This record gives sequence, structure tokens and C-alpha cells, in this order.
Amino acid sequence: MKLTYLDWIVMVVYFVFVLGIGFALKRYMKTSTDFFLSGRSIPAWITGLAFISANLGAQEVIGMGASGAKYGIMTSHFYWIGAIPAMAFVGVFMMPFYYGSRARSVPEYLKLRFDEKTRGFNAISFAVMTVLSSGISLYAMGLLLETLLGWNFSFSITIAAAVVLVYVFLGGLTSAIYNEVLQFFLIVFGFAPLVFLGLKDAGGWSGLQARLATVATANGFASGAWTESWSHLGSPQSNPMGIEWFGLAMGLGFVLSFGYWCTDFLVVQRAMAAKSMSAARRTPLIAAVPKMFFPFLVIVPGMIAIALTYKSGSSGFMLPKKPDGTFEYNMAIPLMLGHYFPTGMLGVGLTALMASFMSGMAGNVTAFNTVWTYDIYQSYINRGATDQHYLWMGRMATIFGILVSVAAAYVATRFNNIMDMLQLVFAFVNAPLLATFLLGMFWKRTTGHGAFIGLLAGTTAAAIHQGLTLPLGAHVGVKGGWFGAMHIYPSELAQAFWTAIFAWTACFVVTALVSLATRAREEKELVGLVYSLTERPKEDRLPWYERPTVLAVIVLLAAIVLNIIFW
Amino acid sequence: MQLDIRLPIGLMFAVLGALLAGFGLVADKSVFQGSLGINVNLWWGLVMLVFGVIMFLLGRRGTATARLTEESAEGKKIEEMEHRTGLEK
Repeated sequence: MKLTYLDWIVMVVYFVFVLGIGFALKRYMKTSTDFFLSGRSIPAWITGLAFISANLGAQEVIGMGASGAKYGIMTSHFYWIGAIPAMAFVGVFMMPFYYGSRARSVPEYLKLRFDEKTRGFNAISFAVMTVLSSGISLYAMGLLLETLLGWNFSFSITIAAAVVLVYVFLGGLTSAIYNEVLQFFLIVFGFAPLVFLGLKDAGGWSGLQARLATVATANGFASGAWTESWSHLGSPQSNPMGIEWFGLAMGLGFVLSFGYWCTDFLVVQRAMAAKSMSAARRTPLIAAVPKMFFPFLVIVPGMIAIALTYKSGSSGFMLPKKPDGTFEYNMAIPLMLGHYFPTGMLGVGLTALMASFMSGMAGNVTAFNTVWTYDIYQSYINRGATDQHYLWMGRMATIFGILVSVAAAYVATRFNNIMDMLQLVFAFVNAPLLATFLLGMFWKRTTGHGAFIGLLAGTTAAAIHQGLTLPLGAHVGVKGGWFGAMHIYPSELAQAFWTAIFAWTACFVVTALVSLATRAREEKELVGLVYSLTERPKEDRLPWYERPTVLAVIVLLAAIVLNIIFW
Repeated sequence: MQLDIRLPIGLMFAVLGALLAGFGLVADKSVFQGSLGINVNLWWGLVMLVFGVIMFLLGRRGTATARLTEESAEGKKIEEMEHRTGLEK
């Protein structure tokens, strides 16, 4: 891929604005609340777009493109059942506790609701995972830029890490949020022309469908397997993802998606920065709207890529193959950018990709510095210091977080299994955590001992399940089977979904049983932390478009309609 | 002055849009072979420019701002909670 001076100018313009925003916001970072929580002053539409962008790392953009090529429109399940219901739920039902409890982080809510050991477990596991995640993001970006443009790996990751360091150090969460919103618009503007050009090349939507029918039948599936998202979920053998509807709905639709959107501080932090309870509740709902339409921006290009590879359009685009004969799915979106975009537009597309890597990293770093400062440092190391001291600590944690991310990126170059390992750890930790939160927020009888032991049980159950099963064609190791593979799943995704289901169930059952066996807390201590003991937020004085429940219903209906259209 | 988010966003897209559209006007048509003969830079550049300008103008009216903790109701409540529970001096 060749870049001209114009593409370089586009990238420089972006970097200038990103750093400029950081410098301009420095004056608003007077207290630790400014730095970690944006002074709780941000309007809902901004927190909403930041909510979605914090989640939209470039791995998602590239990964969804790859999945679109590999699995077709079924990939949209990650959005339409894997995100939208969870986002509606967290906005309407869980935000009142996150925001109303005045917790400054997700682990802090656990401390208020349960006890220190539950908070500690979550804070430490989250802090480690989020900073490693940031490193993986950096690694993936360095690798992509090296493959695509021949840029030196160390050069790209150093520049990216330095830029993120500067703007988060200066402007804290607000800087990260502003840049995430910028990234959101860049992705929309950078990718929309790709969808347009690709569809034109493939002969419009009907042309795409016809080509994808060829893809499906060539791979031994029914002709609609790439273009129909529900019709082929009867059995794992009838679709390229290798799953059936139950595993998909419960594993992805419930446990994994709710586990992420409802408990991951990376996204919840953006809602906590909102200026009011109603704004906080609307944040995930506002985010759900672009989330619903993102499949068309990131999944469809992947589908177009594979369609054109099997039956080429006028421009001759094709996906390359790896030495083992499988397609280079991950290169679908980057190569399409290079194929269709003239110089200038190409700069915009590449900048959009870089922006998503960087803001994914910034999101992780802001979540890390907050959890470190409030949940680890302030709770266990130095309580009762001055506000300015914690602000200073937040800045130091930012530097530390970035350095660890860079180190993790280098470690990843040695062990290319690291991405899989991180996914695994996330599933082990997030799935049980969801059960803990649901029981904590909606059942007043749940106790701290129950929560802690339940979390341990859930994580262990996940490890055991992974140890006893293997996906088809995989070797014993990161993919599982270390206790002896008792069951073979048709695909990695199927195994992941079922691990999540087992982990969640184990945590739920154990938490409930141990809670019943241990002493409950005084009800008056739990006011504002549990559903049955908290006043419902009043919506009657708000206009209809500001009422979270109304917005949630609209969002869910729209998602259902989309599912029906692409049945 | 408080920084309305729409100002930098609008400005950046206006600049990028103008750059792209400008290039699209003067460029040799052979550059657009890959994009099926369509002058993407010109058309999309104009769209981005218009978007940027609208954003910037909306930003000038300014409500989408970053505010200091001491100026926001919720921020003050958090500070109060921190002092009350002895987390901070």
C-alpha cells in the first residue's frame, strides 16, 4: 500500500487535534474528580458516543470484518443479541446503582454492596486484564501497520503510546472521552465510502447476496448461510460458526454480552462521567443506536470481501490466502481500504483505524488509572491523603499503565497465543462477575462471603470446563483440554459460549447458597445499592425522548426489527 | 472559556474535508481508477466539510462543554462523599 503526502497530512492533522484537545483540557483537571470522572459533568450524547467508542477498538473493527468474511451476516449477532439487550438493561436497571451509589468505579460499588475482599478480587483482576488488553491493542496495531505499510513495529507503538500518554496525562478521562467521540466520527466517515464502493463493485445488495450464495454452497452450507442470521441455527453443522441457537442466545446473548456491558469498568466509566442520573441511564441507550447500525459499517465490508473473492466484481479484488490455504480474514478491511480508496481518502481510512487502536488503549489506561488510584492505592496503601496527592497518583498511574502496555506489546511478539489467552481470562472473570452483580443488585440477601466464594467458584468452573473440552481440530494448550478432552465442540466460539454459561451458573448457584448460609447485612445499609430497597428514579417529569425506559423499548424494538429483516 | 467538544471535532472535519475536496478538484482522474472511477475525495470531502462546519457552528452556541467539578452538581456531591467518608482530606 502506497501513501502519498496527502495521506500523511491527514494523519498529522489528526495527531495535532488529538494532542491539542489534551492540552486544551489540562486547565479543567483541578481535582481528582475532574481527572478520573470528568467532574461528573458530561452531557448524555457525548458519554453515549464515548461509551460505544471505548468499546470499539480496532480489533473489533478488523475482527468484525474478518468475521463478516468468515461467517457472514451471522456476525451481526455479536451486535444485535450480543450487545443491544445488555446495553438496554444496564441503562435502565443497573445505572441507578452505579451512579446513585456515588461509587467512583465498579470495584467501589462492590465494596459498598459487599465487602473489601470482593472489591479487591475485582479491582486486581480488572486492573491486570485492562492493562494487558491495552498492550495487546498496541501490539495488534504495530503488527498491522508493519504488514500493511512496512512501518517499523517499535516506531509505531512508541509514537502511539507517547501520544496516548500525553493526552491522558494532561486531560484525564475528559480527554479520553473527547478523543473517543472524535474516533467515532472518523470511523463513520472513514468506512462509509468503503461500504458504498464495495457494494457497487459487488452489484448492489442483491448482487452481494448472489455471490454469497456461491460462497455458502462452495463451503458445503445452504445458499443463505452467509446472508441469513437465524435460519441456519438449528444445528452446529448447518452454519459456518458451528453453533446452535441456544448456545448463541445464552452464551453470547446473555452471559458474555451482559457480562461485558454491565460490569466492565471501561465502558461503565463513561456513563459514570455523565452529568445527571437521567444522563447516565441514557448513555448506554444512546450508544445502542449507532451500535445497531455498525454491522453495516464493519461486517458488510467483510462479507463483500469474501463475496468478491469467490466471484470477482469489475475491480478484481480478492482476499489473499495464508500458506495453509485458509484466507487471511484479518486483512479483509485493511486490504479493501487500499484497493478502493484513492490517496487522501486512504489517509482518512487508515487514520480511522489508528484512532480506534489508540482510543481503545486510552480507554484501558483511564480505567486502569482510576481503579489503581481509588480501589488499590487509596483503599489499601494510602487512605486519607489530600485530593492533589491522588490527582498526582492518577498521573503517575497513567505513565505506569502505558509502560506496562508497551512491555505487554513486546511480550506478545514472542507469544502469539497471547490474544487467545487474554480472551480466555476475560471469559473466566467476566462471566461469573455478571452473576455476582445480578444477585447483588437484585437480591438483598446476597452477602459478601457469598459473592467472594461465588466468584472463586465461577472462575474455577470456567477453568475446569475449558480443561475438559476442546474445539474441533485444536491441540491441547490454550484452547483447552488440559485435563483430557471429554467433549469436542464444533468451534472455538461454541466452546467459549459454553464456558461462559457454566461459569455463570456455578457462580450464581454458589453465591446464592453461601449467602443463605451467612449473615445478611442490615437493610438500611443497602439502601441505594439494591433494587428492592431503592426508590425507582422518577421519569415523569422528563420529556418522552429523555425517559430511559421509553428509549430502551424503542431500541429493543429496532433491534428486533433488524433481526427479522435479516432472518 | 469552556471547551465545547463540537469545536475541535468540527474544525478537524472541516479541515480534512477541505483538503480532500481540494485535492479531488485538481487531481488527475487516473487516481480514481481503484474507486470505480468515482471522485470519492471530492464528494466525500464536501460532505465532511459541511459536517465539520455545522458541528463547529453548533459548538459556538456551546452547551456540550467540559466543566470543572466545582461547577457541576454531581461532581460536588462526589467531592462531599469523599471528604465525609474520610477517603480524602
